[in-house]
Amino acid sequence: MEALESLLHGFGVLLTFHNMLLMLVGICLGILVGVLPGLGGPNGVAILLPLTFTMDPTSAIVLLSCIYWGALFGGAITSILFNIPGEAWSVATTFDGYPMAQKGQAAEALTAAFTASFFGSIAAVMLITFLAPWIATFALRFGPPEFFAVYLLTFCTFVGLGKESRHKIVISLALGFLLAAVGMDTVSGELRMTFGSVELLRGFDFLVAVIGLFGISEILLAMEEHLAFKGQEAKIRLSVVWRTWLTLPRYWLTLLRSSAIGCWLGVTPGGAIAASFMGYNLAKRFSRDGANFGKGKIEGVLAPETAAHAAGTAALLPMLALGIPGSGTAAVLLGGLMVWGLQPGPLLFVEQKDFVWGLIASMYLGNIAGLIIVLATVPLFASVLRVPFATIAPMIIVSCAIGAFAVQNAMFDIWLMLGFGVVGYLFKKTGIPLAPMTLALVLGDKAEDAFRQSMIGLDGGLGIFWSNKLVGTITTLALMMLFWPLIGKAIDMVRGSGRGVPAGSESSRA
Amino acid sequence: MSDGPHADVDPALVSTRSVELAVMALLFCLSIFLGWDNWRIGAGWAPDGPQAGYFPFYLSVLLGGSSLWGIVAALRSEELREEIFVGRSAFGRVLRVFLPTIGFVFLVQLIGLYVASFIFVAAFMVFVGKLKLWKSLLTGFIFSALMFYVFDVQFNVLMPKGPLEAAFGF
Repeated sequence: MEALESLLHGFGVLLTFHNMLLMLVGICLGILVGVLPGLGGPNGVAILLPLTFTMDPTSAIVLLSCIYWGALFGGAITSILFNIPGEAWSVATTFDGYPMAQKGQAAEALTAAFTASFFGSIAAVMLITFLAPWIATFALRFGPPEFFAVYLLTFCTFVGLGKESRHKIVISLALGFLLAAVGMDTVSGELRMTFGSVELLRGFDFLVAVIGLFGISEILLAMEEHLAFKGQEAKIRLSVVWRTWLTLPRYWLTLLRSSAIGCWLGVTPGGAIAASFMGYNLAKRFSRDGANFGKGKIEGVLAPETAAHAAGTAALLPMLALGIPGSGTAAVLLGGLMVWGLQPGPLLFVEQKDFVWGLIASMYLGNIAGLIIVLATVPLFASVLRVPFATIAPMIIVSCAIGAFAVQNAMFDIWLMLGFGVVGYLFKKTGIPLAPMTLALVLGDKAEDAFRQSMIGLDGGLGIFWSNKLVGTITTLALMMLFWPLIGKAIDMVRGSGRGVPAGSESSRA
Repeated sequence: MSDGPHADVDPALVSTRSVELAVMALLFCLSIFLGWDNWRIGAGWAPDGPQAGYFPFYLSVLLGGSSLWGIVAALRSEELREEIFVGRSAFGRVLRVFLPTIGFVFLVQLIGLYVASFIFVAAFMVFVGKLKLWKSLLTGFIFSALMFYVFDVQFNVLMPKGPLEAAFGF
């Protein structure tokens, strides 16, 4: 098969001493990022992005994507040992992970979590390996109207399927788009929304926004909640790992179900957070022993971790194939592509074979290496959390400042980061989601360009978005997604039954 | 603005409803402001397609509409009125990290990032964390030196510098 051949080529690109070393460094940094409160996938990657400016793109993406895998693994450590989710997608892992640790089964829970993550991730990587090239080939035929329709679909999915109030999601999206439009208009050269400020001419860099929105605000929240880390001891013996692994085949159905949920929600911008809750809830519903969930059942750890990791990985599929990220971190990686001078989109598979297949190969190797490293180093990273928060907090803030400054060597960006930190704090506490804003910031210009290119020569008619079967289908699908809550209600009314949707509970921080 | 009944643990500083109303009102004003600016540069159709302000103008309308909706929703919600946005001591803790951070950014502008980060980390550990002086100074120094080595020396990512770095010839 062609995909396998390309994959082997990717391994060839990857297997140099330099890249393997970067991989190890990336995973360790990633686990650290996942463990520390205030540093998460998106801003961890954003802060370290400047380090890669001088690297070649393949090494750079290997480093950054490994940080991402590491962060996904790391989130489970704090959930299980400290009952504090390092990442929002690990909230569901605390439900059964922490009770297991309290019963003295911390090692079993951690092994289960890491192995489940690994399983989910590999499932999603296989999906990427075989599906992404196909989607990219298909997307090569896309013109501006099709691309705009796909963007529309992405954003409508957010609004239609999001857990937050609709108007808050729309606010987040619109604000992101508006911020993206600030500065010089690429088509007409006119200045938009700069109000005479020289600093605003450059526009808002979304990396700065991400660092502020996710990093600084997270520190403020952590401080407010007065985090005190009182955790369980963590030591993983090899015998325990084996014993846990031997029990896992029993839960094959849970693993498969969660992987499928994760892959699906990762590709659509539902994201890892929704996936982890959904995986947990479905496992609870279908388990013969559902009542014991929440008291320390290993299935309750397996289900959300598999789903979260599968979703986190699958989020890279639309980023690679279409240039549309499925998650916040994928959005930052996409920003990285542009910094390194690569044009994201379906052409990547044609023009940058080394890069794409090197990245996909690194997903396989990175997850295998990640599993081994994380199993071996849990005690080390758990001890990081025993360092007083007053030591960690200023260091994280300094790292954020460095990351924000390095993007464009602008002092103004550090102030901007602080501003975004306050905005992020207020938004998080008033339930306005941040992910739509991030995506809109990254995609804003491209979506607008696609819209305007489709519209050239037309006098305001929107008929172009239904001008052929392909674009018409996508646009209609997008509108259906937008009104999905209404459609769902209508279907229920017709059926005359008040059947609930198996959606997850609120994903806000516990 | 505080709503009394939850006074037992951490007295409420402000209710979630008040904050939500304020945020929505601010967003609404922002949308008017941005909408006006985009209208000014042209939000209609030129012969060759939409004008520069077209896309952002309608986004401002969308933002304005949803924030109005948000104001109405917040006014009608009973539970938000009861919900505490932040307690007094919790907000104190937030300020204890936020104010020093502002100070840190000022310092970066004055004396460069590395010296500022040394002062920030050490001072934060001493005054907020109540940790031992020598531990704090040592941690601050090692951290700043490490950052300098990684970013400036190893990866050539140049940070703002001040008189101290200049004295060493950087």
